[in-house]
Amino acid sequence: MGLSDIFSITGSALSAESVRLNTTASNLANVDSVASKPEDVYQARYPVFKSTLLNAGEGLASGIDAMGFGQSQNLAGVQVSEITQSQLAPQVKHEPGHPLADENGNIYVSNINMVEQMTNMIEASRSYQTNIQVAETAKQLIQQTLRLGS
Amino acid sequence: MSISIDKVLGFHPAALLLRENRSTILASNIANADTPGYKAKDLDFRQALQAVLSSDSQSLANDPSGNDFVKYRVPFQPDTGDGNSVDMQHEKMAFAQNALQYQMSLKIVDGRFKGLMKAIKGE
Repeated sequence: MGLSDIFSITGSALSAESVRLNTTASNLANVDSVASKPEDVYQARYPVFKSTLLNAGEGLASGIDAMGFGQSQNLAGVQVSEITQSQLAPQVKHEPGHPLADENGNIYVSNINMVEQMTNMIEASRSYQTNIQVAETAKQLIQQTLRLGS
Repeated sequence: MSISIDKVLGFHPAALLLRENRSTILASNIANADTPGYKAKDLDFRQALQAVLSSDSQSLANDPSGNDFVKYRVPFQPDTGDGNSVDMQHEKMAFAQNALQYQMSLKIVDGRFKGLMKAIKGE
């Protein structure tokens, strides 16, 4: 237990938030993807976050736990437990001239809400920034402690 | 006559350890700001410090990190539906405040050491 454990906590959060940013980028990139069958359409992907207990002194800060404080229930990192896909029905568009149109002249477009994706992206990047700032503060505190008495 | 470093430093080493522990708890809250079902925690600093001070010695032997005094936070707002009780703004402010208070204790310990050094060197 100590300031060094903050790096494992924020590190896990940074990696989870970057997975979230990645899925958002995939979703935004596939806003206009079309398919000739409804089941082939790209569906929006969302990571599911789950909190995970870390052992003091594990991970990036291995070997720091020399003080013997052991495992703590209070070190909660984050992990991505799974990536779910949206269950929304795809939009059906009647475009007989489209090369991917089926026998009825329909194409299927993924039902991704651009506004929802953009807000998700902003929230993820804000969380990422906050965790960076937390790590920065912990770094400063450790450096000041090392300079103690000099 | 010997110099008692414990007496010189007072309760500040204990406060530093508790502040350190509180900062990891607040960092966990911030890291889990988007985790469904996560409940924010905090350290009851006043009670934890009193417990350390009222124990027989201030040698920080028993539960120096105050884990017995970690409690779930009372939510500031009604649940928005995902069961998460982290209020990001509040956690950020608490983290910043805790970091400043850590630095304050650190400065005091630093000053005491400097005073001791002055006395030892006789400058």
